[in-house]
Amino acid sequence: MRAAILAGFALLALAAPAGAQDQPPVPRQSWSFDGPFGTYDRAAAQRGFQVYDVVCAHCHSMKLLHYRDLAGIGYNDDEIKAIAASKQVTDGPNDQGEMFQRPGRPFDAFVAPFANEQAARAALSGALPPDLSLIVKAREGGADYVDALLQGYKSPPPGMKMVENMQYNEYFLGHQIAMPAPLAGSDVQYADGTKPTLTQEAHDVATFLAWASEPTMEERKYTGAKVLIFLVVMTGVLYGAKRQIWADVH
Amino acid sequence: MADAAQSKPMDAHIQESGTRRDFLQIAATALTGIGAAVALWPLIDSMNAAKDTLALATAEVDLAPVQLGQRLTVKWRGSPVFIDHRTPEEIQAAEAVDVSTLRDPQTDAQRVKKAEWLIVVGVCTHLGCVPLGQKPTDPRGDYGGWFCPCHGSQYDTSGRIRQGPAPLNLAVPPYQFTTDTTVKIG
Amino acid sequence: MAAAPQQSKIVRWIDHRLPIFTFMRHELNEYPTPRNLSYWWNFGSLSGIMLVIMILTGIFLAMQYTPHVDYAFDSVERIMRDVNFGWLLRYMHMNGASLFFVVVYIHLFRGLYYGSYKEPRELLWMLGVVILLLMMATAFMGYVLPWGQMSFWAAKVITNLFSAIPVVGDGIVKWMWGGFTVGNPTLNRFYSLHYLLPFLIVGVVALHLIALHQHGSNNPLGIDRKGPQDSIPFHPYYTVKDMFGLGVFLIVYAVFVFYLPDALGDPVNYVPANPLQTPLEIVPEWYFLPYYAILRSVPDILFIPAKLAGVLCLFGAIIVLFFLPWLDTSRVRSARFRPVYKWVFWLLVIDVVVLGYCGAHRPEGWFIVAGRLATLYYFLHFIVLFPVIGWLERPLPLPTSISAAVTKKSSAPVAAASSMEKH
Repeated sequence: MRAAILAGFALLALAAPAGAQDQPPVPRQSWSFDGPFGTYDRAAAQRGFQVYDVVCAHCHSMKLLHYRDLAGIGYNDDEIKAIAASKQVTDGPNDQGEMFQRPGRPFDAFVAPFANEQAARAALSGALPPDLSLIVKAREGGADYVDALLQGYKSPPPGMKMVENMQYNEYFLGHQIAMPAPLAGSDVQYADGTKPTLTQEAHDVATFLAWASEPTMEERKYTGAKVLIFLVVMTGVLYGAKRQIWADVH
Repeated sequence: MADAAQSKPMDAHIQESGTRRDFLQIAATALTGIGAAVALWPLIDSMNAAKDTLALATAEVDLAPVQLGQRLTVKWRGSPVFIDHRTPEEIQAAEAVDVSTLRDPQTDAQRVKKAEWLIVVGVCTHLGCVPLGQKPTDPRGDYGGWFCPCHGSQYDTSGRIRQGPAPLNLAVPPYQFTTDTTVKIG
Repeated sequence: MAAAPQQSKIVRWIDHRLPIFTFMRHELNEYPTPRNLSYWWNFGSLSGIMLVIMILTGIFLAMQYTPHVDYAFDSVERIMRDVNFGWLLRYMHMNGASLFFVVVYIHLFRGLYYGSYKEPRELLWMLGVVILLLMMATAFMGYVLPWGQMSFWAAKVITNLFSAIPVVGDGIVKWMWGGFTVGNPTLNRFYSLHYLLPFLIVGVVALHLIALHQHGSNNPLGIDRKGPQDSIPFHPYYTVKDMFGLGVFLIVYAVFVFYLPDALGDPVNYVPANPLQTPLEIVPEWYFLPYYAILRSVPDILFIPAKLAGVLCLFGAIIVLFFLPWLDTSRVRSARFRPVYKWVFWLLVIDVVVLGYCGAHRPEGWFIVAGRLATLYYFLHFIVLFPVIGWLERPLPLPTSISAAVTKKSSAPVAAASSMEKH
């Protein structure tokens, strides 16, 4: 029986690396929102939104986001109205019972590129681009993974059989991804004049997507600091009270 | 929560080192009490209107198709808003009223931005029913405005309470004309 | 028994008719408690507080949640994004479930170590096991509600367990689903039951407390109290100690809620449920991993197919706890005076950790062997080792009384080792 337990331990040691896939580990980046005090870099997130808007939004929806939410990365009301108004939103039915197009308003959800899954698959030779609202939370590795994936396109290793319409990506599970390399550098003209290199664009869009996954993160960390300070003080005082009350029992 | 500050008979024997003990125990009780009370706030606040609800708090209405004498109902913040394209006679009737006789004295001019358009929240100020009078076939009461079927309150062509239990005039929502024929409510 | 004379007239008037004040004074205030309880005894009241926190946050989350397959996922995200403090309620509820299990597991292992299940506390222990079962059902159904990928596939896999039952299994599973697969009817009934079961737990907790107060708490020495010198009133001694413990616990809880909110969860559950595509790996929440390992480890046993055997062992792993009071043949409660059991206890802890580790990994290669051995040991531990050690072991001499032991210890300079227990 004891041997069995020892064997169990030996197994743990042996089996630890067995879970690793053949993907290289996603390189760790440094992010503005890392750590207990990290916040979203507003400028990077705005640049990232620009990349999403110009490039990603052709195929990827972000259904959980609304134009009004962009206030969270520092756009002001007029900018948000202008961004929303530049999109065509389907509304209705009107008095004739028909759906109609109108310019977007801040309370509208981000307009999706395709009406439904079938439309997306039909247009993209069968592939379905995932919604990006939660992509950073929904992937192991989070923003690091998104950043790496966007820069992970390579020519397939010799001898690898690629399925039709598939690209080789170092970080994608199975390495065959339907999405063609979306960024090459200089895909956008940054409003703030930053040089749009591939690395820069990937980093910016990953920052934007991280914010989109959890817009309440800053409030969470800030509230947490206050709560923890209170709890530490309260617990300290309770410890003192406990010591006093118990003093005569020992 | 333990009421540690209140000395019970069994800890009467630990009175010797008076003030510091009292201070610690009162502080401990107070801190836990405050903590528990503050912790309730997120629960309560979660029931307040959420961001998406607040964002939807405006409605834009196209007035062009509303004929003279016609009344239109639109939904704003989940309640009906009555838009009345008033005829000159109705406007005149509303302006002619002696304000001092009213339960909730307001001149017609105080209640409209453009005299031909009366815009009021269609919720009776008594207990929240929706008054009748929007459809041509509806009873409009003795004052040509609206009639609440629940408890018989009657409103005039300016939406003011004239008879019945309701205490106040029909509320005027915040609105502005964005063009001559479109109005933004809220 | 009349109310204490110093109480106000109104209190006495009420108490004469409805003796709640007397009751509270007896059970929360004067309630005589062994004077030597260690901090391991904090986890009972902590569980109770966790239950309250879960119910409170749950009630307010339920006000915002939509139990429909088309809206459930988005309504949870609306809570996270748009509802005031919605993120806080949701993270508190989600991580609260994990910490609730941490607290309850510690509470359970404390009972195992100090023999708290033994005469006269058998029913107290068994009610605790009932609470654990109800908690597991509640946690599982709650996990389904956000309707992410892992929610959906967890629901599918776990409900499918019942298809292992011969003859009626398939019928039962379809009945649980309310359809041909996990779908909207399933989500709705899980929501209904997820809201109901916690209140059932409250009821069983009340019984658990009545049973507890009948004979009072066990204690680290495991010996009965001989007289008033062995007890102290619950208030203020254990109220303040419990509150201090709560403070420490809340700090840990807050670190998870505010700084590691998704550390215990699976990223895949942020992908909306897709009935047409199974995630690469289905892994339950950590607190179910040992059971999950047992489920997957069991091979065909004689004429019982592996699927049924796995399910039987999974439930057996909990059911066996009901019989513990009779499987343990030792006369001595506390492991402190049981030189063999003292060590064997830790083998069980290690075994459960190994099971959990196996549960988190695909059953391939060594994990199969480890999982099987650990499963075998789990049952061996309770069914064979418990009675055998009880018979063969020679317990150390027990102290004559709690107060004697306490005074002796505080005069001897061994404080360092036992200071945790001695307070």
